[in-house]
Amino acid sequence: MQISELGPLLPELIIASLGLVLLIVEAFLIKRKEIVAALALLGTFAAFYSLTYTSFGPAFSDMFISDGYGVFFKIIFFVNLILSILMSVRYLKTEDSFHGEYYCLLVFATCGMMIMASAGNMVTLYLGLELMALSTYVLAGFNRHDSKSTEAAIKYFLTGGFSTALLLYGIALMYGVTGSMDLKAIAVYIAEHNVRENPMSTIALVLMASAFAFKIAAVPFHMWAPDVYEGAPTPVTAFMSIGPKAAGFAVLGRVFLYTFAQLAPDWTTMLIALSILTMCVGNVMALVQTNIKRMLAYSSIAHAGYALIGIIAATPEGMSASMNYLLIYMFMNIGAFSVILLLNTKDFKGLEISDYAGLAKAHPIVGAAMLIFMFSLTGIPPMAGFVGKFYVFMSAVRSGYMWLAVLAVIFSVISAFFYLRIVMYMYMKEPEREVELAHSNALGVSLGVAAAFVLLIGIAPQRFLEFAKATVRTLYF
Amino acid sequence: MNATVCSVVVAGDSYVLTVAIFLPVLAALLMLLINKNRHSTIKWTALAASIANFIGVIPLFTDFDKTTAKMQFVAQYQWIRAWNINYYVGVDGISVLFVLLSALATILCVLVSWTAIKDKVKEFFIALMLIEGAMIGVFSSLDMFMFYIFWEAMLIPMYLLVGIWGGPGRLYAAIKFFLYTLTGSVLMLLGVITIYMMTGTFDMVKLMSTQLPVGMQMVLFWAFFAAFAVKVPMFPVHTWLPDAHTEAPTAGSVILAAILIKMGAYGFLRFSLPMFPDASQSVAPLMMVLSVVGIIYGGVICLSQTDLKRLIAYSSVSHMGFVTLGIFSLNIQGLEGGILQMINHGVITGALFLCVGMVYERSHTRLIADYGGLANVMPVFAGFFMVFTFASVGLPGTNGFVGEFLILIGGFTANKPVGILAATGVIIGAVYMLWLYQRVFYTDVNEKIAGLSDITFREVVTLLPLLILVFWIGFYPSAFTGFMDATVTQLLGRLRGGHMQALNMLIETVVK
Repeated sequence: MQISELGPLLPELIIASLGLVLLIVEAFLIKRKEIVAALALLGTFAAFYSLTYTSFGPAFSDMFISDGYGVFFKIIFFVNLILSILMSVRYLKTEDSFHGEYYCLLVFATCGMMIMASAGNMVTLYLGLELMALSTYVLAGFNRHDSKSTEAAIKYFLTGGFSTALLLYGIALMYGVTGSMDLKAIAVYIAEHNVRENPMSTIALVLMASAFAFKIAAVPFHMWAPDVYEGAPTPVTAFMSIGPKAAGFAVLGRVFLYTFAQLAPDWTTMLIALSILTMCVGNVMALVQTNIKRMLAYSSIAHAGYALIGIIAATPEGMSASMNYLLIYMFMNIGAFSVILLLNTKDFKGLEISDYAGLAKAHPIVGAAMLIFMFSLTGIPPMAGFVGKFYVFMSAVRSGYMWLAVLAVIFSVISAFFYLRIVMYMYMKEPEREVELAHSNALGVSLGVAAAFVLLIGIAPQRFLEFAKATVRTLYF
Repeated sequence: MNATVCSVVVAGDSYVLTVAIFLPVLAALLMLLINKNRHSTIKWTALAASIANFIGVIPLFTDFDKTTAKMQFVAQYQWIRAWNINYYVGVDGISVLFVLLSALATILCVLVSWTAIKDKVKEFFIALMLIEGAMIGVFSSLDMFMFYIFWEAMLIPMYLLVGIWGGPGRLYAAIKFFLYTLTGSVLMLLGVITIYMMTGTFDMVKLMSTQLPVGMQMVLFWAFFAAFAVKVPMFPVHTWLPDAHTEAPTAGSVILAAILIKMGAYGFLRFSLPMFPDASQSVAPLMMVLSVVGIIYGGVICLSQTDLKRLIAYSSVSHMGFVTLGIFSLNIQGLEGGILQMINHGVITGALFLCVGMVYERSHTRLIADYGGLANVMPVFAGFFMVFTFASVGLPGTNGFVGEFLILIGGFTANKPVGILAATGVIIGAVYMLWLYQRVFYTDVNEKIAGLSDITFREVVTLLPLLILVFWIGFYPSAFTGFMDATVTQLLGRLRGGHMQALNMLIETVVK
């Protein structure tokens, strides 16, 4: 190993050392725990900035690949991390569950995601996935005194462990077929040999798809999501509904679109079934929820279904549509969770949809922000959600999946019903009680950033589209 | 426009339409800054903005070149280069009058809401301003993507308008309205994407002279039909309309009746006819049948209504049936009649909803049975209402007559039985409107409404412009049809030309 090989790993190194530093610093800080958050933010910004200095190319004999594709996802992870930290400061105080490991775990989970997005080898991929998964298991159960939170953690852990086993089995079978763990070598082998005849490769494909579907919470591998999202501390829910999902998509893109490109007819069929089921179950189940976190859990399932459409298209354009969708989804989801957190005070949880009755009257700005996020999640212009959906549908139509696009738009009409219910409660019902908002500047910042980007991408998407397009090209190195 | 949003002038840089779209949006942003308790400041700002906007669009009326079918007041800038999308606005003979009507309707809506809206005043006027911007945006967009943005964006403030300030059944009406229109719109969206895939452009002007394969035209026609038929609304997808119109606040009803439902018919004229000419011709008979069903069905339902607003709402179904009948007659009388009737219906039904709103503000009842002898109590109001009733019935000398007459000529030319059936719709219209007038204004004075004050100066000012338009169009229709002549002639040429082209293609394939 040479020092020069560390260049491509610069952001990962910064984030990993940040996690370690946080662990130590936390032990010495007795009173002012906010400093840990500030330090975490600082470190993340440094890592973010280091992206511009990171050299591209493979490292450690192709175990790790630093490319534009990875950078796009790392930007999502960093923004997600920054906004999640901002959202957490107040929440941890209110819930009185501050432990220094919290930020450290967020940072390590992000590090895992980054490794996943840049994995050039099945082993690296697995390592990244486990680092992410183990950190999020703990985060889900962070409210130790809350039985729901503990339940969420154990459920997440058990089902997550199961899915990891599936992945390992899939990797093993694929190794048996191709004799390699390296993504590039596998791609070359598949291109030169007719592995589609080999049932082992199909089984491996199914197993790996199942494992990734678990990470992005696609139906029928979604069972854990509603309970975990509801039970986990709210900022963690926000973090989990975006980070692991985006990481799952990053891996899906690299492994399926690049490595298994020749097997596209097999895996697109699988993903189509997954996507339709996901949109259907996610949207329909969200209709009947009364708890807003649970509703957003199902909504997040449904959005995975839309984002999958881009991958199904199996073109660079489709992948960039999916990436763009995830970026937009991040801002609208973080925004919605920020509003939920604003309602969370010492003696009021504000997790029922009926708690939003009359919110716009008492707090017009928060109401308006939530309105923007809800319409964006529905996919109504001029919000960003529309641009995301438009791009995804366009790539589907271009690849000849008109019928899939028709199904998708019908499901997004269904989704209007439950998103607008929130708007209806906020604007059209009289308040049942006086709702006081949590005072937190950090939370205000995350809300403001999310709202600004939802509107900006909605009105002037040009730069974001071009960025996604440019980065996806590097996937096919 | 912000330099990062739009750059590079592609063709034309007239500011008239851009200002008309964004001035209300700016006004809405400005109003955000005003303290929510300063109601009169907010109202005056809204009034000033809407009047300024109307003055701003007057050049469209005075400087419009009636001799050409080309787009005028064009402005085009690059917007989203990745998808070849431009910010592209302009008007022709079909759209110019709707931009003017939208600007006028907004002023009247502000005036009629002056005292009627007491709750969340600031939000109300902001929503109204945003609606105005979106309405004008829809009528002046020449880029399909941009059209769709405005088309959908308008749903948001409209949904809020019905849902927040509406009547007792507002929640149901609002979500029903939203889901119906959204379902239609998303199917149109797929149509838009398909066209883009086939031609690589969102430019509507270019597409209006592009020949798409006939089979594809058929598919696209139905995709766009889903959106337009719901908006018009055509039978059998009209059921959202009575709920939304009835439950909406007066300003909302006026916007819905005068402008929003015209967007559907406008869509037929802007997309279906010129872009899918062959498909339009082959489905025209079916569309005419649906229109006639709408005319008669809407009229008959009106006879059994007990709610003032609901009656006028159902009469819209009937009247819009005339509009689509005219459009799908596919001849010059029918098309011009259809467009003119869209304006007329906007004026008349808008005025009727304004009137109902004014009387509701005093009596707080919409039941016809609660009225009677209103002519004794509110004589000036009765006079206004009478004029609008006659216009709605289609009495010669009013604008309603000109429009319906042209449509009937068009209908007869295209298909005799359809023309005859549509003409019975005129009679039904006379029955329910005159009967309504009789029950509300004549007979003995009902105790419930005794002692109501007559309309104020502000309300007279609100109704007067529409009254003038009723007679202006009624006596001198060519001042308005003159705008359309060149464009409609070109559209008809396109329809016939397209037909010939399709025939040629058919012959070629047969010969081969």
